Formats: sequence, C-alpha cells, structure tokens
Amino acid sequence: MSFTSVLLWACFLVLLTAFLVSVFIYNRVKQAKDLLKNRSYRGPESQLQQHLNTFSSSQIEALQNHLKKKRIAGVKLTKSRLLSLGTIIFLIFSSQQGFSQTTNTSGSIWTEGGVIITLILILIPILAGIWLMMVKVNNLFRQYQDKQKVQEADELVRLLDQADQVALQKALSKRKDALDYALTNKELSGTIPAEDEKGLLHQIQSDPGLPVVALKKRALKRPGVDPALSKLILWYLGAATFWLLFGTTVGEYLGIKFVAPDADQLSWLSFGRLRPVHTNAVFWGWASLGMIGLGLYVVPRVGNAPLASIKMGWYSLWLINAAVVVGSLCLMAGINNGGGEYREYIWPVMLLFGIGLILTLINFLQTVARRKTKEIYISNWYIVASVIFAIVISVVAYVPWWQDGLGETIIQGYYMHQGVGMWFMLFTLGIVYYFLPQQLNKPIYSYSLGILAFWTQILFYTLIGTHHFVFSSIPWWLQTVAILGSMGMVIPVAAGTTNFIMTFKGAWHKVLSSYTLPFFIVGIIFYFTGSLQGTAEAFRTTNLVWHFTDFTVAHSHLTMYGIICFFLWAGIYALVPRLTGKEAPQITVGAHFWLALIGLMFYTIPLMYGSTLKGLMWMDGKPFIDSVVFMAPYWLWRAIGGSLMWLSHLFFAYNFYKMLKGNKTIDVTEVAIEKLNLSNASAEIKL
Amino acid sequence: MDFFNNHKQLFTAAFLLFAVLTLFVCIIPAFNNEQNNAPLPNAIPLDEQAILGKAVFIANGCVACHTQQVRNVDMDKVWGSRPSIAADYADIHRTDTWRNTATLMGTERTGPDLTNIGLRQPSIDWHLVHLYNPRIVVKESIMPAYPFLFEVKNKLEEGDVVVNVPDEFRNGRKGKIIAGAEALQLVAYLKALKQTKLPDGTPEPDFLYKKPGDLGSAKKGEPKELNGAMLYTNNCQSCHQGNGEGLKGAFPALKGSKIVLDDNPELMVDIIMNGYSARENEGYGAMPAVGTNSKLKPEEIAAIMNHEKTSWGNNAKKVTTEQVKELMEVVKVKASK
Repeated sequence: MSFTSVLLWACFLVLLTAFLVSVFIYNRVKQAKDLLKNRSYRGPESQLQQHLNTFSSSQIEALQNHLKKKRIAGVKLTKSRLLSLGTIIFLIFSSQQGFSQTTNTSGSIWTEGGVIITLILILIPILAGIWLMMVKVNNLFRQYQDKQKVQEADELVRLLDQADQVALQKALSKRKDALDYALTNKELSGTIPAEDEKGLLHQIQSDPGLPVVALKKRALKRPGVDPALSKLILWYLGAATFWLLFGTTVGEYLGIKFVAPDADQLSWLSFGRLRPVHTNAVFWGWASLGMIGLGLYVVPRVGNAPLASIKMGWYSLWLINAAVVVGSLCLMAGINNGGGEYREYIWPVMLLFGIGLILTLINFLQTVARRKTKEIYISNWYIVASVIFAIVISVVAYVPWWQDGLGETIIQGYYMHQGVGMWFMLFTLGIVYYFLPQQLNKPIYSYSLGILAFWTQILFYTLIGTHHFVFSSIPWWLQTVAILGSMGMVIPVAAGTTNFIMTFKGAWHKVLSSYTLPFFIVGIIFYFTGSLQGTAEAFRTTNLVWHFTDFTVAHSHLTMYGIICFFLWAGIYALVPRLTGKEAPQITVGAHFWLALIGLMFYTIPLMYGSTLKGLMWMDGKPFIDSVVFMAPYWLWRAIGGSLMWLSHLFFAYNFYKMLKGNKTIDVTEVAIEKLNLSNASAEIKL
Repeated sequence: MDFFNNHKQLFTAAFLLFAVLTLFVCIIPAFNNEQNNAPLPNAIPLDEQAILGKAVFIANGCVACHTQQVRNVDMDKVWGSRPSIAADYADIHRTDTWRNTATLMGTERTGPDLTNIGLRQPSIDWHLVHLYNPRIVVKESIMPAYPFLFEVKNKLEEGDVVVNVPDEFRNGRKGKIIAGAEALQLVAYLKALKQTKLPDGTPEPDFLYKKPGDLGSAKKGEPKELNGAMLYTNNCQSCHQGNGEGLKGAFPALKGSKIVLDDNPELMVDIIMNGYSARENEGYGAMPAVGTNSKLKPEEIAAIMNHEKTSWGNNAKKVTTEQVKELMEVVKVKASK
C-alpha cells in the first residue's frame, strides 16, 4: 500500500468517525427536545388513562394496597452532575489537534514502514478519544432524560392524589382482572386421565436427559428366528466384517504407497501383489459373504418357509472363507492367474468359491421351492438370479477354451463387469427390495417397476463388459454394443431409483428417527449417480479423457462402496438386532455413517478432479512424468479420505461386536415373568 | 402371471436370457478372435529368458499400473508407432495348467504403457538400476522398488552383473549389488516388448481423434517452434536426467559435454539416430538409437538438440531443422555401411 492511500484511509476513518459522532449527538438532542414538546401537549385526564394502560398487574396491586393505606411515598431523587461544556470542547479540540498533526506533516519519510506504523499508533488514541467523548455525551443526555422522568413521576403522584378515589379503584380492579386472565390448559383435553387402551404407544421416554446425538427409534421386536439359522447368519456377517477390516486395511496401505512408495520394499507387500489382495478380499470376502448372510434371512422369510439346509450354509461359508484366505496368500506369494482384474485368484482357489456358490444356489432354490406363498417375492428373483449368474460368469471366465490371445480380453471385460453388475448389484438390490419396505413399514411402491428393472438389467448389463476396452484392438462393433448397453442401463437404474424413492413417499419423516434409513438413502443416491456416471464414462469422447486414469478407481469406489457397502450396512444394522436382541450404541453408528460418507467424498472427488486434468494433460501430449507429479496432491487426498473410510470400518466392527456381545438392556417385566416361571417350575417339581 | 409364480420357469428364463446374451457378446466373439487372428509373419516369439521374465512380470502384478495396448487414438501415439491390433496378441496362449492366458493389456496407466518399451528404452543398465529403485533414475516416480530381485555379494563371480546403486538408495546394504536371475529375466522380457512391423503393403490403422492442430499440419505457414524441453523429458530425461547431469557411472552428463557443445552437430545427430557405445569401457551404458526408434522428425530432433545446447549452463550454437535434415541423411548412409 502506498503512502498516499494510507493517508487517505486515515483521513477517511477520522472523518467517518466525526460524522457518526455528530449524527449521534444530533439525534440525542432531538430526542431531548421531543420529550419536552410532548409533555406540554398532554391534558391531565388523558395522561392518567395512558399511565393506567402501562401498569402491570403487580404494579396495580401495589397501587391498590397503597391507596388503601392512603399514604404516598415520596420519591427520593439524587441530583445529577452535569459535565461541563468545557470538557466537550476540549475533547473535540484535542481530536482536532491529533487530526491536524497527521495531515499536516509531510516529507519523504512518509513512505517508511515505521512511519506508517507510527501513524496508525497515533490514530488509535485519537479514535479512543472520540469514542470516550461519545460515551460522555451519551451519559449527559441520559442524566437529563432521567431528570425529566422523575418530574413526570411527581406529576403522576399528583394526578393520582387528585383523582376520584372510587372510580380509580374500580378502573384499577377491572384492569387487573383483564391482565390476570389465563387459560386452564385443559380446555381441549378435559380432566379425565389419559389411557392407551389400544396399546399404540411404545418406547415412551419420560426422562429424555441431554442426549449427545439425536435419539433414534430402537429396533422393533420381531417374532423369534430359528437360533440355528441366526447363528449361521451371524457367522456369515462376522466373517464379512473381518474381511472388510482386512481388505480395507490393505487398501488403505496401498493408498499410502501412492504418497510414500518406499514405505516398504518387501516382495509380499509390493504394490502389484497387494492391489488384488485388497480388491478380492473386499469382493469375495466382505461383500459376497455379507450379501449371502443377509440373503439367508431374506430368502426363507419372504417365502414363509424355513431355510432348506442350515448345514449347506455352513459348508458354503467355510469354502468361501477358505478361498479368500488361500487366494490372498497366493497373491502375496506371487501366484496369480495372469492379471485380469478380480480374476487374479488361480482356478483351484476360485473353485472353492464356486462350489460355495453352487451350494448356496441349491439351498436357495430348495427354499424357494418349499415356499408357502404363491408368488415369489421380487427379492428372491434378484437374489437367486444373481447366484445363477455368478456361477455362469465364473465358469465362462475360468474355462480355458476361449481364452487365447484377445479372447482373454473379451472374456475379461465381460467377467469383471458382470461380476460387479450381475452378482453384487443384483443380489444387493434383492436385499434392498426386502429391507427397505420393512424398515419403512410399507410395501414397495411398484412391483412392476421392480420386474421391469430386473429384465432390463439382464438385457443391458450383460452387453456392457467390453466398455473397459474402448479403443483397444477388440472388434469395434463389440465396443459399440457395450457403449449402447451402457446407455440402456439408464432404464433399470431409473426404474430402481424411482421405485425406492417412491417407497419413501409419505414416510420421509421416518428417516429422522431411524439409524438404518440414512444408509439406504446414501445407497440409493449412489445407485443413481454412480450407475449413471458409469454410462457417461462409457462414451467414446469421455473415454478419451478418463480411461486409464484414476477416474476409474474413483468410480469403482463410488459404486462398490457407495452402493453395495452402504446397502449392506443398512441391512446388517436392520437385521442383527433382530437376531441377537442387542443394538449398537447409536453414537458409534452415527460415527460409522458420517466417517464413511465424508471419507468417500474426500476419496472420490479429488481423484475425479485430478484425473480429469491428468487425462487432458495426456491428450495435450505432456510428458508422462508430469502427470504423475501433478497427481501427487490428489493422491494425498485419496489417502486422507481412505483413512476416514477405514476408521469408519473400525466403528462398524465395534458396532457389530456390540450387537453380538453388548450388554442386553434388562427388561424388568420380562425378567420378572421369567422369575415367576422359574418359581412355578420349581414348585411343580416339588409337587 | 403364472409364469412368474413358477420358480422353475422364472429362473430358467432368466438363466437362458443371460446365457444367450453371454454367448453372443462374449463367447462367440472370443472364439472368433482366436480363430481369425494369426501372429504377424515377422513377429519374434519371446525367448526362454523373456518367457521367464514375463512370469516375473505377472507374479509381481505389474499389470496393475502398466498397460500393454496402444489405442487407436492420437494421444496414444507416444506409446507406439501404430495402434495395437488383434494379431499382436494372437500368439499369447495359456501360461500353464494353473494360470490363464495373460495378454496383460491392463486397465490402468498409473505408469507408462509398455507395448514398445523394448525400443524406447533398450538399455539393460537403465532397467536394472530402475528396478532396484525407480527413484534413482526418475526422481518423481512412485513405482515400487524391487530390491528383492537383486543380491548382495562381497566377492564377484564370473557372469555377475553389477548394478551401480548410489549410496542413498542402498538402505545400508554393503558390498556389490548384483542383478538376480529374476531381475535379468524381467529385463529380458521388457527388452523383448517391441511393436512388430506390419507386413509390407498392409495399411496401418489410423489414430483417431487427432488434435485440430495436427489436421492443419499440411497448410503452409510459419513453422511453429517445438517445445524442446518437453521432447527432452519424453525421450532423453529418464537417463540423462532433468538437470542434464546424467547418472554417475551409468549415464553420461550432457551438461558441459564436448559432443553437445561442439559447433559441428554431426556426431550428436549420429548418436541420436544410431546410438552410441564408445564409452562402455568407462562403465557407461550403451545409448539406444532414440531418434530412429521413436521416429523423431528433423524438427523434433533440432528442438531437442537446441534444448540440450542451451540449458544447464550450456551455451553452444543452435542448429536449424535443415541442418539436422541433411545430417540425418548423412548418418543414415554411415549407419548402413
């Protein structure tokens, strides 16, 4: 800032203050004048009436008492002291002095920083002086005003003395009655005590305390679940939770390696080996086991028949877990299938998983066959079909006859995307079609929309695999089919989203009091945005910018995490309390939700932004290493977001533990009944 | 509808729809590709070392970051002289009983594409140092280090390949650092990755989505000054480094180099076009024929040379495109002799 501008600012400041001071003083003087004017215009009668209207009930009471005693107390006044005019003049003068000093001095030293600082230091006491003057003036006028009011009070005393005592008494008591009028608060409810004859009220909280987080509704008690099935499901979900922790710990470490590539130099932990460990563990370990676990509850429940075979469920659980354990060890030891994403486990390992799937399919099909309902609920369409499709794609991907040369790539595109869309997405949608209406306590909005989404998903999704290899050497027509299929996916996605959102219609208020519904809502939002983002990415023009960049990584996390994981968590928080009778602390559920959501945003948004610019750099022909350097801050953000997500999983694991082993809230009545039963039983034995 | 209430019919229908679609978009195209593509006539199959090296490449999951496909889009021109075609992959078969075919086309390009790495970077020395720790040669690299592919020995034996690792990257390892068998195999594989020339007369597929500027390259006008620094980064920097000082004992410095500062540019053009191995006895690696391998144009070479002649304190006479064009003819004749 140049010297002149500093000076101008100083002048402006001082002038502004002076202006404000003068406006203030003018205002005060005017008020004082008005006070005088009003007094002279009022007649004695109207004045008394006016005073009466301003009295409060207690004041009237005091006055009445006083009138009874017929004694008027004198008001003692303290004399006020006037500040001499000389002081004001002095203050104005001194400020004028200071002002002129700052403006009159001139010379080259003005540009020195020290001088400017000095000027500012000088301005401070000047402004303080002006402020002090304002305070003093204000005091002066207030004291004047007070004096006026005391005079007015004297006048009131005189008026009350002179007035007709009977009329005054009457007016006062009338006014007091009017002021004291109040409702009884029982005009609407009556006086009969309330009773809940229909048993409609639950979970009444008479002592809400001071909650740290908003209190959500607790899970409703449901008819008991077969303990054997319950145990099986909990083992599935527990194993899934373990793989989530394991898989994302690996993922978190991989994210760190982008920022610190020399974090370790061990072969078993090198990036290329760990990456598939992460993806496969969260796919086949966490998401698959989680889905099947929830499916084991949904499939028998919607058919109103018990699960066909609990034993088969256990076999399948062990097989899938074994596949992920052996698979992870193989990958770290450098034994993999040859590089196709999510196809890194060698066939003997994947065979374990495949047998697990076949057992699950047989189990589900038999359960559906034994259903007691006529129709097959839509959930079971999705769930059973997804298991069938998962087996088909695994066979297609691992059978060797059509894998030579580019055949491998065509199969790879098909396999990796069908794995995502026909296994994870389809199964998860089946879970949502059961748990969402259940949590909202109303039927799904449209059964036919669900059916439309089901068939169109099969029709379009099956085609889109090769959009991972746009511009590669696979046939051009196949790429075009994939792109068209991706566009067709708008139909099932829009149908599914509409169906879910419309199910919420009229029940949105339930979101506020539920801790599972927010997970569903996030899942639905990402189902729509994430899936349509996939469509947008498939176009040839967008592929130019985004293909091969970290955009793909961001997209896969928006979908696999934003959709699948959030829906699974929603399902788990809805189901497990039913099985165990225990709930997770709501504060840690909240922590899990927000950390996961915020973490996901920190993970994906910088990555999408950075990779878009990276793609543009490539198109510009910038040196490759420049794009690596450019991405560094975005990779750091990814690591930060990833850390938050990882932290949320710790909360989730804790919540799961609490749902399993947490302290059961003791229901007094239930314990009492139990004790009575016990004593009855012992009495019977004695007899 | 009764159809929907019969689980056998419903799930059979869903299965059939999926299976038929799978057949048409996946299995039949894959079969077609297998049957209708043969390896190019002049394609050189991987030798024994390179096959072992490919196994190392697969085991370490290099495909997570490195693609092996030149797409038919203009931005991929830097990775190969022509777009990859199905025939390039036709000779890749199932690895063994346990492992599937590995075309290693990849879906992420966190690191550079490797389709043509054998041509772009044929120096064994560079690859070994780079594998030991990429940050020795490319400071900004985030590629993992692979010291576990190397051995530390106090006494050299016959046939040992010593890798010149600067002290700050040794992590306290004393003695000579020797390339292990796997490291040598991996480098053999990388060196074998070269695009095969199409048979004479076969038209090369086009690169699509050309930049607007490229389309107008035919129109006459002021020749645009090319960005020498960028071309240097793309073609020379990985060895000679951004500061032009090279790497002690591996890649010679260009800063203050006699050849670069020489007013007669013939030798410099010769080295760029035909490679150079005259300083191998000093421990420096042989330089590949970068200009020929990457099909650099005279104006590009001139831009690179002028960048080298005027950077890092170098202050030599600049060359013109015409000069370089003439010399390129001269050294071409020389090389063929």
